[in-house]
Amino acid sequence: MNIHEYQAKALFEKFGVPAPKGAAARSAAEFDAALATLPEGATMVKSQIHAGGRGKGTFTNGFKGGVKFCPTKAEAREKAAAMLGNTLVTIQTGPAGRKVQTVYFTAASDIKKEYYLAILLDRVTSRPVIVASTEGGVEIEKVAHDTPEKIHKVIVDPAFGLADFQVRELIFALGLAGAEAKNAAKLIRNLYAMFWETDAAMVEVNPLITTPTGEVLALDAKVSFDDNALFRHPEIVALRDLNEEDPKEIEAAKANLSYIALDGNIACLVNGAGLAMSTMDIIKYFGGSPANFLDVGGGASKEQVVAAFKIILGDPNVKGIFVNIFGGIMDCNVIALGIVEAVKEVGLKLPLVVRLEGNNVIAGKATLAQSGLALVSGDTMADAAQKIVQLVA
Amino acid sequence: MSILISPDTKIIVQGITGAFGAKHAQLSLDYGTKVVAGVTPGKGGQFFEHNGAKVPIFNSVADAAKATGATVSVIFVPPPFAGDAILECVDANLDLAVAITEGIPIKDMVRVKRAMAGSKTRLVGPNCPGIVTPGTGKDSSGGCRIGIAPGYIHQKGHVGVVSRSGTLTYEAVFQLTSKGIGQSTSVGIGGDPVNGTSHLDVIKLFNADPDTHAIILIGEIGGNAEVEAARWIKANCKKPVAGFIAGATAPAGRRMGHAGAIVGGAEDTAAAKIAVFKECGIEVAVTPSDMADALLRSAKAKGVTLS
Repeated sequence: MNIHEYQAKALFEKFGVPAPKGAAARSAAEFDAALATLPEGATMVKSQIHAGGRGKGTFTNGFKGGVKFCPTKAEAREKAAAMLGNTLVTIQTGPAGRKVQTVYFTAASDIKKEYYLAILLDRVTSRPVIVASTEGGVEIEKVAHDTPEKIHKVIVDPAFGLADFQVRELIFALGLAGAEAKNAAKLIRNLYAMFWETDAAMVEVNPLITTPTGEVLALDAKVSFDDNALFRHPEIVALRDLNEEDPKEIEAAKANLSYIALDGNIACLVNGAGLAMSTMDIIKYFGGSPANFLDVGGGASKEQVVAAFKIILGDPNVKGIFVNIFGGIMDCNVIALGIVEAVKEVGLKLPLVVRLEGNNVIAGKATLAQSGLALVSGDTMADAAQKIVQLVA
Repeated sequence: MSILISPDTKIIVQGITGAFGAKHAQLSLDYGTKVVAGVTPGKGGQFFEHNGAKVPIFNSVADAAKATGATVSVIFVPPPFAGDAILECVDANLDLAVAITEGIPIKDMVRVKRAMAGSKTRLVGPNCPGIVTPGTGKDSSGGCRIGIAPGYIHQKGHVGVVSRSGTLTYEAVFQLTSKGIGQSTSVGIGGDPVNGTSHLDVIKLFNADPDTHAIILIGEIGGNAEVEAARWIKANCKKPVAGFIAGATAPAGRRMGHAGAIVGGAEDTAAAKIAVFKECGIEVAVTPSDMADALLRSAKAKGVTLS
């Protein structure tokens, strides 16, 4: 689960990670109250959406830049009004963009130097890793590719936590000394505590800055959490912004389905994540284009199949449906009955290809054949994929 | 022979009185697997009964192991308590813990994995379908089925299958069985980013097992476990190997069902992994329908007869 920058900064404050003073506003009426909490003078205005590349983004009304430096509060108010309620398109949002429903004002900081700092899971060691670089404020992927020697990593032993010598290692790698070193050490320790205690999946500060007076501040914040651990963090769940999520994905999650919208026109309904991914792949292999990833789980029920059909058909781009079920333990006939019921209930007009395999498959195929529905059966995944690609073409 | 488990392996089911655990304990008993104990804290002394089988329930894994001599446990415990359930197997000095549970917090697994370092117990999973070593009976019964895989699709034979995904494993096994090619053992290692046994660990076991003559390696986007396994195969494994990677069409940065199936950088895409497979002499299945055929191509090229 992702949260907004202003929410992440509030968590930073709670854990003692210094950041520029800031205040969020959800409507123009809240601008004055928000700005009143900040010092006079230069102010940043930042669009709050769950996507990167905001500074270089463009609003659909032509306004350029989702993050603006303003010399005065008056100008900040003006720029915030131009952003709020409008749709921002960045390299990460896709062409549809995201509607800005919150703006975040922060006191502008004097920047001495920019750095990069992140904490995430290292999959190779199965331990948390702290990543730091002297190259901040730029794309870290590019730094890692062009100048890998400038990326410093410290792997934390979960049995002991972050050790002092590891913090020093990072400080030296960043070339910090004196007050900057002391402040950065405290920030890194507190950021790690936050990562660990909140079950974060990733905490990224880009840039982390030093100021001419020796302060070390988190200028930006990107924080996401492990979905599996949300059950023990109601305070984090409360930060969820459903406006940032695809309504179809929210609906799917309610029905216990894992659904991700894509931009193709062949919808897939599959049991199991691996099979669901490879169903998308095989559609592409035979020249089609998948409209979604949809995993109904290892043991799909009739209700889930009905819910899945409704979600799939909520996508106007869908021109055909490919159902691919390997009913290992599940009775294929139960699945077949679910499909027949779902098709009748939603009044399906689009081409439908069904590939059923597994337990009681003969009865399942008979149910489909006798249903009187205009569906096509596929024998193997390859056969079924070719059929749906042809029907949609 | 087989790897990890054999038809004689005695197993414990943790969470045997829950609906999910009970259902699969029954299916394993039907398959002929030696389910010798259940564990549900607070229900020790009761019995789990199914078709004449009377499986004693214990309060702890240690009690169950001591009373029955079981060396392997399968975990159906809900996510908040599953990490603890795995540690209980370590404490009881079991050989193998197979965690089926989906949705265990990553931090719990980070701690569990650290706690398991240096211990005797091997972990398979979590979020995995389990392990099947097929038997010689009807529909491969008489074998050892640990977890949630359909036993009947298997056939006793000489192909080792390793995969993160459940249904994709069944797909591969089904294709093999349909062609009359049996399996030595099929292992689902699970779709989580932090898991116990890796692709490479299983490949090493298959390579060392004289009864496994060929291997199907199924992977997906995210992480570098498949690449690590492929490079080891190139250097050490002479047996025919076919590979498949799911997720060629997955968009970057989105979690595709499995918590571990997410493209982070250029190196964990399907295309990058497939390129490494080819470079390492692994016959790549072009579609998931092609897995068994890919293995036959590899076997033919290496002059190995399968069936």
